[in-house]
Amino acid sequence: MASTIRMRAVASGDTTEVQALVQHPMDSGFVKDAKGDLIPPHYIEVLEFQHAGKTVFTAFWGPAVAKDPYVKFSFKGAQKGDDLTISWVDNKGQSDSLVGKIM
Amino acid sequence: MNNNAIMSKQTRRRDRLVQTRRTVIQGALAGGLAGFAGLVPLTRARAAADANKWPKDAFAQKNEADAIKALYGKTPEISDKVSLDAPEIAENGAVVPISVNTTLPGVTSIAIIVSENPFPLAASYPIPAGTAPMVANRLKMAKTSKVTALVESGGKIFSASKEVKVTVGGCGG
Repeated sequence: MASTIRMRAVASGDTTEVQALVQHPMDSGFVKDAKGDLIPPHYIEVLEFQHAGKTVFTAFWGPAVAKDPYVKFSFKGAQKGDDLTISWVDNKGQSDSLVGKIM
Repeated sequence: MNNNAIMSKQTRRRDRLVQTRRTVIQGALAGGLAGFAGLVPLTRARAAADANKWPKDAFAQKNEADAIKALYGKTPEISDKVSLDAPEIAENGAVVPISVNTTLPGVTSIAIIVSENPFPLAASYPIPAGTAPMVANRLKMAKTSKVTALVESGGKIFSASKEVKVTVGGCGG
């Protein structure tokens, strides 16, 4: 199954800049559907990035993060060719993960 | 285990079997876990998340002061060393690009608050050592509101705010 996560990580010297885009409805629970019923909240709570067994970034998200969430951050200590693991868990217990390469 | 020369042949044989069984089980577990390669980091993610747990309480607060109190338990002081990049006017309240940067040292956390949202805490980012104190993300804004970036540095909380006008609300109209 195709991953919900797309990532682009570029190493420049000791610094790696990471951008990730995750496919997820991030429903806030405040929006009504065509019938007028509230669409229940469904959003990623934790998005985590790991390099060489260490967590290099964590996002704690709530329903106010936009649909198909995007995040960019930067960390030190990795180099081109290294693996970067991204995983997320949402409020319904669904999850996904991806291992990408740092370019 | 097999050191004791006084041990009977039977005991030594049993110990060998136990060792072999243990190795096989460990191997099977490792193989099984490796099969769930995608989930292994998630398990670690959960373990790490326990140490840095999803701040349920803070996300549930309905006003800014309570959200900050639940998240940090301290009152922020305004600092010009916190840079909050947000548009003056957000055309689409459902997707407002916001980023935070800071020159403060020893940053351990960055959080973003949208005062007029039903739940003001929008996102929180624990920053481990070796990670830059910077984050760019996209948030929903229900209506025109003050947006505040909070940065935890050296155990204190610093902030910077901006008023962002929203033309089309981010809660679906």
